[in-house]
Amino acid sequence: MNVLTSESKSHAPSAGEMAVYCRQIVKEFGAGDTKTLALRGVNLDVLSGQMTLLVGQSGCGKTTLISIIAGLLNATSGSLEVLGENIIAMTGSQLVRFRQKNIGFVFQQYNLLPTLTAVENAAVPLIIAGQSRREAFEAAKRILASVGLANRMHLLPNQLSGGQQQRVAIARALVHEPRLLVCDEPTAALDAHSGQTVMELLRRVALQADRAVIVVTHDNRVFNFGDRIIHMDDGVVTQVEIPDRVSQEANQMSHKPAASHH
Amino acid sequence: MNWLALRMLTGDRSKYLSLILSITFATLLMSQQVSIFMGIVTRSASQILDVRDAELWVMDNKVRYIDEAPYLPSNSLQRVRGVPGVEWAVRYHKSNMTARLPDGNFRNVIVLGVDDATLVGSPRRMVVGELNSLRLPNAVFIDKAGYEYMWPGEPFQIGREFHLNDRRVFLAGICKASAPFTTLPVMYTRFSEVERFLPSNRNLMNYILAKPLVGSDALEVCRAIEEQSGLMALTRDGFFWRTISYFMRSTGIPINFGITIALGFIVGAAVAGQTFYLFTLENLKQFGALKAMGVTNIRLIGMILLQASVVSGMGYGLGMGMTALFFTFTNRIAPMAGIHLTTIAATGVGLAVLMIILLTSLFSLRKVLFLEPAVVFRG
Repeated sequence: MNVLTSESKSHAPSAGEMAVYCRQIVKEFGAGDTKTLALRGVNLDVLSGQMTLLVGQSGCGKTTLISIIAGLLNATSGSLEVLGENIIAMTGSQLVRFRQKNIGFVFQQYNLLPTLTAVENAAVPLIIAGQSRREAFEAAKRILASVGLANRMHLLPNQLSGGQQQRVAIARALVHEPRLLVCDEPTAALDAHSGQTVMELLRRVALQADRAVIVVTHDNRVFNFGDRIIHMDDGVVTQVEIPDRVSQEANQMSHKPAASHH
Repeated sequence: MNWLALRMLTGDRSKYLSLILSITFATLLMSQQVSIFMGIVTRSASQILDVRDAELWVMDNKVRYIDEAPYLPSNSLQRVRGVPGVEWAVRYHKSNMTARLPDGNFRNVIVLGVDDATLVGSPRRMVVGELNSLRLPNAVFIDKAGYEYMWPGEPFQIGREFHLNDRRVFLAGICKASAPFTTLPVMYTRFSEVERFLPSNRNLMNYILAKPLVGSDALEVCRAIEEQSGLMALTRDGFFWRTISYFMRSTGIPINFGITIALGFIVGAAVAGQTFYLFTLENLKQFGALKAMGVTNIRLIGMILLQASVVSGMGYGLGMGMTALFFTFTNRIAPMAGIHLTTIAATGVGLAVLMIILLTSLFSLRKVLFLEPAVVFRG
């Protein structure tokens, strides 16, 4: 396992373009005596084509950090570029449009609309974006089939298992083809087997050259799925870890003979 | 997005139904009470509205409402007839008398005495018999509800004899008349017959019914009558509202009905408001997720208002339907005859329901608008 300090991110394996570029992100909550410093100057790079895991104790600032990266919270100070856009400088409506187009969300508790079927839930981001219902449902059916739910499309969330619900949530997060996928504890409410299935799915479906995936997790059983593991503690990044699997893959790639040219 | 709002609303059948039912019953309660109130208040002046052929009512200048009018000296009629702008003027009598039936039973009745020559003020629609029969000696008409009250369960039959103030009369016709405030039978007869029923009274004319000349202003004619006769002259509408305002000011009717209507509004607002608010609270995470996915506050407002409109529209429609059905059945019962769901009641209750739903939506909207989308990441 390669361990890098938070200051040595330039040594991280190069997989694609920079999807997220954070520098000295600070987030304060409250004011006066009740002021709390949730993030104390976070530096973080997330590359496209990789799955980045964000790990750490409860209250270390992981959720605050992904909320800021996803444009759901404003940072108190620092600079942040997401997919090449300075989102800190964006107005509220620009942020809404940016999220609508570029970001997919997977939540711990799935947050599926309980009165909508799987296919309807998966179609929601496209309907929000203004696509016709027919087109949205067609796209939702395709994506649900790709996550193995072709025969569960017309069931309500309460008729699906936890793993199946999370797969619907992943389908919903991917249906509008976002370039950044933000997942908050996607396996926390699942048993070990379902958790593995969901993580495999995220790797298989979500990882493309132009897509970055950030997963906040406590679940050390899924650490092996990450391309980089960012450890956080008390509002700062303390360690950037490259799993052995990734290092070995990188070594194998570097020892491959170059293709011959004629 | 409208589709999404409606699916969110209708997906949870039990909450959807309780929302609709709360509006339905608030509408039913309010529209029923408003209609009964309007019906009862209108009854207090129903005999004014029933006289369609005379536009002006002339009476003692201290009269406050139709049931309290002293008799006028007989020369008043000539003085009114002499006022420029008056086309014609006739005598009109209204009093309460006692009718004694052959089996010994007696009933208090309202007696209206119309002009012998013109029959101005007589009923417009006959159920049994014809209008000219009123010209026969000792003839009286009775209204349909009054007949059912005096001879319950018996078929309509004219020619019946009974006594009115101990004078023999016979039933020459059964007519339609608006129900009076006291629900007593209404009897019509000629003015000269009234003189027979009340022989000891020197004057028996408590109203003069008049018509202004074609093209003249009714209010101007009223002023001229008042100046020249010292009496009070009112248009039909003016006398109607004078009578109603007396009942509104001097009886407990508006307060009692007002309390019930207000309770209907409060209960409707509370139940619908609470259910809708809980519905929003339960969906708060989902609203947060929608916000995170890029739904703007404006669109959320639109979604909530659409949900509120659907619920209120359906509840209002059902409530009004139930009210209409209620009055369709109760109109067959004599004491409730003539009380209908009116356009004014339907409009007023519609506005009240709109207020309920706006108040309800405001509380829910406040919760959703101030919701931070980052809430979706808090387990």
